[in-house]
Amino acid sequence: MSQFHQVFFDETDEHLATMESVLLGIDLAAPDGEDLNAIFRAAHSIKGGAATFGFADLAALTHILENLLDKVRKGCMRLTADMVDACLNAKDVLAGMLGAHRGGAPVARSVVSELEGWLEGLVAGGSAEQQPEVAPPPSAAEPAVCTTLYIELDCCLPATDYQALLQSLTALGELSVVQEGGGGDQLPWVLIFTSTLAADEVAESLAFSISPEHFRITQDHGQQDEGDFGLFLSSSIAIPTEAAAPGIAFEDDGFGLFAPLTASSGDSAPAPDMLHEEDGFGLFAPVAAPAAAPAAPIMLHEEEGFGLFAPLEPAAPAPSVAPAPVPAAVAAPRPERAAPAVENSIRVNIDKVDLLLNLVGELVITQSMLTQSSQELDAVQYERLLGGISALQRNSRELQEAVMSIRMTPIAFVFNRFPRVVRDLAAKLGKQIELKMVGENTELDKGFIEKLADPLTHLVRNSLDHGVESPEIRVAKGKSAVGRLTLRAFHQGSSIVIEVTDDGAGLNRERILAKARERGMPVSDALSDSEVWGLIFEAGFSTATEVTDVSGRGVGMDVVKRNIQSMGGRIDIDSMPDFGTTISIRLPLTLAIMDGMSVRVGQDIYVIPLSFVLESLQPQAAELKTVAGRGQLVNVRGQYLPIVSLATFFGNADASAASDPTRAILVIVEAGGYQLALLVDELIGQQQFVVKNLESNYRKVEGISGATIMGDGRVALILDISIIARHNQRPAQTTARLAMTDEA
Amino acid sequence: MAEQLEYHQGQSKAVRELLVFTLGQEEYGIDILKVQEIRGYDAVTRIANAPAFIKGVVNLRGSIVPIVDMRIKFGLGEPVYNAFTVVIILNIFQRTVGMVVDGVSDVIQLAEDELRDPPEFGSVVETTYIEGLGTQGERMVIIVDIERLMSSDEMALVDMTDRG
Repeated sequence: MSQFHQVFFDETDEHLATMESVLLGIDLAAPDGEDLNAIFRAAHSIKGGAATFGFADLAALTHILENLLDKVRKGCMRLTADMVDACLNAKDVLAGMLGAHRGGAPVARSVVSELEGWLEGLVAGGSAEQQPEVAPPPSAAEPAVCTTLYIELDCCLPATDYQALLQSLTALGELSVVQEGGGGDQLPWVLIFTSTLAADEVAESLAFSISPEHFRITQDHGQQDEGDFGLFLSSSIAIPTEAAAPGIAFEDDGFGLFAPLTASSGDSAPAPDMLHEEDGFGLFAPVAAPAAAPAAPIMLHEEEGFGLFAPLEPAAPAPSVAPAPVPAAVAAPRPERAAPAVENSIRVNIDKVDLLLNLVGELVITQSMLTQSSQELDAVQYERLLGGISALQRNSRELQEAVMSIRMTPIAFVFNRFPRVVRDLAAKLGKQIELKMVGENTELDKGFIEKLADPLTHLVRNSLDHGVESPEIRVAKGKSAVGRLTLRAFHQGSSIVIEVTDDGAGLNRERILAKARERGMPVSDALSDSEVWGLIFEAGFSTATEVTDVSGRGVGMDVVKRNIQSMGGRIDIDSMPDFGTTISIRLPLTLAIMDGMSVRVGQDIYVIPLSFVLESLQPQAAELKTVAGRGQLVNVRGQYLPIVSLATFFGNADASAASDPTRAILVIVEAGGYQLALLVDELIGQQQFVVKNLESNYRKVEGISGATIMGDGRVALILDISIIARHNQRPAQTTARLAMTDEA
Repeated sequence: MAEQLEYHQGQSKAVRELLVFTLGQEEYGIDILKVQEIRGYDAVTRIANAPAFIKGVVNLRGSIVPIVDMRIKFGLGEPVYNAFTVVIILNIFQRTVGMVVDGVSDVIQLAEDELRDPPEFGSVVETTYIEGLGTQGERMVIIVDIERLMSSDEMALVDMTDRG
């Protein structure tokens, strides 16, 4: 059973994410029915799954949530901001519970019960306040209930008559048109009508304008539970009320386990239709606690089944399925528009993809080995062989690209959390923020997705806290009171750029410089803007005048920068006073493949990531200068750059270049806004390298970011330029042996 | 004869299977389940600023595997690298490590009663990493806790933070 848990966790994560994003996007004044359904579906799926796997806490909470959502969905209650807050809160608590089941810290019981109280209060309060508006209730003692009906109208009247008809229905309850009738195909009209009226009452009012043989009214199958209740009270209804004996038993059991029931659905005898929805639960819920295993298949069916019902396009009046064993009921083919979401993706463990990627990498290496050795062959004599090798080359490249693309995930996975973050933060800080996200579908390596979340969250929080001003100040500055925060992702060359832009106050050059002096950093007023902005990435640097619990503690920007660099990316700031700040993160497209330049140092081959390389040159003796205690400098077009001998850095004794730079090559690299010249013996070439992790079997090596396998099967190490640059920046680091400060 | 009989009876009891390799004059045994494969010595890529006994890394079917020369580590003569140099590829803590030894002799099965407590001294490998002595007739095998040895600080193979 536990092997399904992971699937459940993953799916629940997704459902929660859907719920959150829909909730955030919802329009309080006129909520879209489809959105409400989507939230409801998410809650329902979580409830179903949780009950099957015996996570009673999740099931109980989602049950209450579902009750609330269901009422809202059917129009019995108006959606309020309070409800959205409660639902968002519930999402957080559910995520917390999920975390607890995964082995995290449990959610405090008080938090849960408080939330449950809140939700139940909303459920109860909503129906109470709604009561007066409702048409004469069937029985004064009972709360008002809604009925959702499907109405199909044959196309036999002129269009204008339909408009009038629709208007009259709108006056009675909530009406949505699913399908407009008419046209060349003589399509019937399909409507969903939610009101307190029972089917027969609606039928009566319709009969005024259209003859009975031209319309059909059907109960909303599978969606309503309270609806049936209404039907039962007024006994003369369109739908037969066979007392579904087996169903009742199931239903009661099922709900009993879940949670305290809301009064409306508790003691009603379910109409047969209702079994659609409930019998699945009824069947597996009691099983959940003692022996969950056998329930699994049923549960899966149910889930699928529900997927079919939930978006329920009412085109087809669902037949009243007699109470039958669950799988059968679910398997019953839904007519016409059934199966809205065909499953066209599979869940694969990332390890398998990585294995595949590894194997393909090997294949590419073997192929380039073959290509290399085939070059000596006579082209005429070995025509077929050479042809085959070049086809192999093409195919393996394509295969490699295809496998790489499996790992690519839209950045929306990271961006999606921000509407919530921004909403909460804006409320906390008393600011008005409009969040705009551009390019959410830009794809990048899955490995980045997880690592990007923290740095980006940090940047967003920073922008909101320090960047965007409070509404009063903004208005005083002549800007709109609503601050604007833009997250943008796009491809540029072989990298992906992610920008966080705000239209706030911008960075304050003077304050940063003052702060830097205060901290004893060697800065001068002559520093360029980008150098000044770079200072905020120093550890412990915060210019915020006061520390809030959102940001300003000075931890963070340095961590952000470190995180981005560890992904092989870089981070830049662009800022204008009172105009705003843009922080852009530039990442390579993928973790696994990198463009690099291979260089020889003595017997060793090293790879320099191409993104760091500016140029390479062979220095003239006149361009070399020696500075006492700081080593050699090279004059590159008037700029003096420090020379770092890789041989010395890596303690390699047999490199010939160490002594005479004029016989060697200098590779000018830039990292963190700092340029330096790497002294190597020879440039070998430039190509794509499959990046391998050195740490998986060994340990982190100072100045090395990874390893790769060369065409001849040998291993070459990839240089970590930013580390090398950082060490060179430190004064009095003359030896190659470097203090392991980074590990600390 | 009696001894032989005893040996076979012992075999039917709890048996440990060990891979025996030689380092200098001594024979060492490691749990065979930790051994992934045995292969020849390939061209290694030197790692900067690593201890001398870490020869570097090799490409083992796509994964980067560090190679440790136990002969250098324990100061046993001049290490030679030729076609007969043997590397034992170990699988420990889900990591793969290669270990150069003087030679691999055989695989033995040790019964529970053939195990002796570790000696106080007398081998190049520190006693902390010695699980015990295995004796079979005249033969004595030093049983090494290879997992512990390879993950020890002195081997410098694993980052402090990585260790479970």
